[in-house]
Amino acid sequence: MMRIPCPWCGPRDEVEFRCGGESHIARPDPDRADDDAWAAYLFDRHNVRGAGSERWLHRHGCGRWFNLVRDTVTHEIRTVYAMTDPRPERDP
Amino acid sequence: MTGFRLPGGGRIDRGRPVAFRFEGRPYQGYDGDTLASALLAAGVTIVGRSFKYHRPRGLFSAGPEEPNAIVQVGPRPDLKATQVPLVNGLEAGPVNCWPGTRFDAGAAMGLARRFLPAGFYYKTFKWPDWNWWEPLVRRAAGLGRVDPAATAPEGQRRHLHCDVLVVGAGPAGIAAALAAGAGGRRVVLVEQDRLLGGSLLVDQGEVDGMPSDLWLARAEAELAARPETRILRRTTVFGCYDHGLVAAVERERIVWKIRAARVIVATGAIERPIAFQDDDRPGVMLAGAVRAYVTRWATAAGRRLVLFTNNDDAYRTALVWHGNGLQVAAVIDARRSADGPLPDAARAAGIPVATNATLLRALGRRHVRGVVVRDGNRRLRRIACDTIAVSGGRDPAVALFVQAGGRLAWQDAIAAFVPGDGGYTVATGAATGLFGLGSALAHGHAAGAAVAGAAPGDPPLAADVTTGTMLPLWHAGGDPALSWVDRASDVTVADVGLAAREGYVSVEHYKRYTTSGMSPDQGKASGVVALSLLGRATGRAPAAVGTTRFRPPWDPVPIAALAGADRGRRLRPVLHLPAHDQHLSRGAAMEEYGGWMRPAAYPQGAETRQAAIRREAAAVRAHAGLFDASPLGKIDVRGPDAGRFLDRMYIHRLSSLKPGRLRYSLAANEHGIVQDDGVIARLGPDRFLVGTTSGGAARMAEAFEEWLQCEWVDLDVFVTPVTQQWGVVNLAGPQARTLLGAAGTDIDLDPAAFPHMTFREGTVAGIPARVARVSFTGELSYEVAVPARRTAELWDALAAASVTAGIPPPVPFGVEALMTLRIEKGYLHVGADTDGTTYPADIGFDAAGRRGDDFVGRRSMQRPDAVRRGRLQLVGLLPEAADAVLAAGAHVVATGEGSDGHVSSACWSPALGRAIGLAMVRDGRSRMDETVTVDDLGRRLSARIVPPVFVDPDGSRLR
Ligand SMILES: [Zn+2]
Repeated sequence: MMRIPCPWCGPRDEVEFRCGGESHIARPDPDRADDDAWAAYLFDRHNVRGAGSERWLHRHGCGRWFNLVRDTVTHEIRTVYAMTDPRPERDP
Repeated sequence: MTGFRLPGGGRIDRGRPVAFRFEGRPYQGYDGDTLASALLAAGVTIVGRSFKYHRPRGLFSAGPEEPNAIVQVGPRPDLKATQVPLVNGLEAGPVNCWPGTRFDAGAAMGLARRFLPAGFYYKTFKWPDWNWWEPLVRRAAGLGRVDPAATAPEGQRRHLHCDVLVVGAGPAGIAAALAAGAGGRRVVLVEQDRLLGGSLLVDQGEVDGMPSDLWLARAEAELAARPETRILRRTTVFGCYDHGLVAAVERERIVWKIRAARVIVATGAIERPIAFQDDDRPGVMLAGAVRAYVTRWATAAGRRLVLFTNNDDAYRTALVWHGNGLQVAAVIDARRSADGPLPDAARAAGIPVATNATLLRALGRRHVRGVVVRDGNRRLRRIACDTIAVSGGRDPAVALFVQAGGRLAWQDAIAAFVPGDGGYTVATGAATGLFGLGSALAHGHAAGAAVAGAAPGDPPLAADVTTGTMLPLWHAGGDPALSWVDRASDVTVADVGLAAREGYVSVEHYKRYTTSGMSPDQGKASGVVALSLLGRATGRAPAAVGTTRFRPPWDPVPIAALAGADRGRRLRPVLHLPAHDQHLSRGAAMEEYGGWMRPAAYPQGAETRQAAIRREAAAVRAHAGLFDASPLGKIDVRGPDAGRFLDRMYIHRLSSLKPGRLRYSLAANEHGIVQDDGVIARLGPDRFLVGTTSGGAARMAEAFEEWLQCEWVDLDVFVTPVTQQWGVVNLAGPQARTLLGAAGTDIDLDPAAFPHMTFREGTVAGIPARVARVSFTGELSYEVAVPARRTAELWDALAAASVTAGIPPPVPFGVEALMTLRIEKGYLHVGADTDGTTYPADIGFDAAGRRGDDFVGRRSMQRPDAVRRGRLQLVGLLPEAADAVLAAGAHVVATGEGSDGHVSSACWSPALGRAIGLAMVRDGRSRMDETVTVDDLGRRLSARIVPPVFVDPDGSRLR
């Protein structure tokens, strides 16, 4: 079971969290997006092997959402950052 | 000859005899015995029947690697007798025999064994399909029985945090724990056995110049005296998980979740056999196990031993056997020569040693009677014996190291996989392939010292016994179809070859095809034998074949232990209504709805549930009813942007709602699918109270937060779930206004002053209340919300108001009557009438057409799939036979082929005096008055499609 460093509460067991999937999925302007663009927003995900950005909710804790970069092979959590922060440029 | 208890020695308490039963027969052992050692000492030779062929099987090992002695202990199936501590009154038996171990009807399978090779089931039972055959096959082959009525003792889950976790308390583990904790570090030492010591419990020697037992006692005392060191006995670490989580189970009841800064794996090594013909006969055992039964449990497996080995270490067994006055008929050593100190000692003791020799076959059927040996001159000869001890070397127990991310390396010197690099554990002792006592102690000490953080003290000193090289040997000879690889799964050397010939060359495919390593022993002793034979059959070295993936659990864990205290009601606690007792006192039949215990109905006297539902629903239409609506979700949404926010969360615009007014709306997700519905109240300019379904309360609050925190971070809105802060009683029916007035309220109830879809704040019966004119029944209705703790008071006051009013009392009605009433009105029940494919348009809400601004899911409602023809649409159904109540879930069938939709809600309507239903029907709205067939599991009815409102279509009763 992973230990996830909540930016507000500190490291906690994975069971306290909910994964919200890939982060930084930009919501297109609904009135300009054609069906393909909208479908891509809804369904297309990178499903990376290696470091990927995800958003997580500390559901049974502070109730806050935050971003993290997790290696999908090793489960190593590289960094944790706020919802409003951009995706880190390089692997930290 | 069978096993017996030796006159002295052993780590058993002969002053404390223990009575137990096996297969119903009484036996006696001693405190300190396992079920296995007690059975062996009692002369029980056949402890079970094999999985596929029902061959008689005896004990094979003395530890968790046991493949044969799989037993049922009381209600607990599939335990290994080698791991069951003997306690008074224990009732055990084998798992795979009928009628018993001595005579087994299924043994006929053994005669037909050549028809049951690997993959037999896949090849044979594919017509008509496996499901047809499965019950027959399961009856023939299987393990223990689960008694559905039995309740396992309640388990526990505990958490443990420490600096250093040492897994295994053999010499290396103890040395590691001593060193690691010397400076005060918090150390946890976990041992699966009831005693510390590991190999020292079997093979005594000298440590630090004293007998190893004395050293062991001192080490244990020192560890026990350290305040920061904790020892967990009878605790098996079964898994190493992500981010350093280590899980262990203590006495089959307590699951420990351990987080340690450092994890030292000192799990020792497991001896493996060499395959030969009929090597599964009772009396064939691992050499180390034969020795352990003698030294630890004072039990001899027989009187006349043949030892078959490819290494020096196993000679200890011959020496111990001989030293206890038992006869060693021969040591059969597969190597060209054996001249280390141990073979020399054997020869010096007069034990016949034959090198360059091979054991081809065990003789005897129900028990070993002898062996067929091919000697160095290729001559065959028979040797009489009653016990065969076999050793093909030892495999370091690396499973935990690998689970923790470590990689393995192949070591030729011991022909085994050893820990390489990587992972979050450090392996030490025999688990690394260091089989000498001195080496293990030194290595363990160093591993502990590396994480000690202070002076670790001196390493314990002992000498290694020099051992010569071993000779890798997997199958000695004899018929491969009668030479076993995996005893527990009945996989033979021939099966390995067959799997290889049929293309199962990947060890993972091989495992699944043959089921090798998939039994309770998990192939602990057979894994490397299997992969080496597979390598031989496919021209690859074992290292190239590799191991199957090591997955937790390393050893079986009772589900009850994993469940811990989460069982029965505690697995999923239910909420009670604040007026729970009021409902009970009125005869409520309580049922669970979405996590709440709620009155389903209030049957009076001998009244049936169905009669009660119809009486309650009729009373609401004719007079008045009281309904406890407290579980309806309530979310307080406030802030300067609350209106804008709710505009985006609901398909209707809510920012235009005036304070004091209510609006019904639906929420969709970003896929446009209906998620929830409810009535939203505007409490003030910056404040709304959002009503949700009872089941949707938590989900909607979480969705609000996700959008606010992740997407619209600029909106200034606070979301507070308040469902349980309020108790809500719904007073519905033509007499509702009279009754509410009689209960006493300072709110003007005149319909002009307090119209439908508005709310007022004031007092009701002296209780501060918020009263909403909203209806889920279609009747004039007041929803009275008060602080939760005053709900019972409110309920009683509304019930008693009839006395003041001089009319009959309102009738309490339950969830089932409410469902009847709302179906009569065609009111939607999200989750019943809708599912994961329902857009608002399908149920009559043209949300996508809302102009000017956006909301969640709107764009998806414009996708081609959402607007295509042929979608399921909500309609009403009138069965042709008025008394034919439809079944929710029954299919609407168009032309006899395929489904044209389904019944989503159905009931008997007291108002109409007939059966009615709601249904999602393909293009339903354009098929009014069409007669369709409804198929309920083969029962066919005719029904007419009608608009989904059966009572008061213009809503005059609401006003
Ligand atoms: Zn938190």
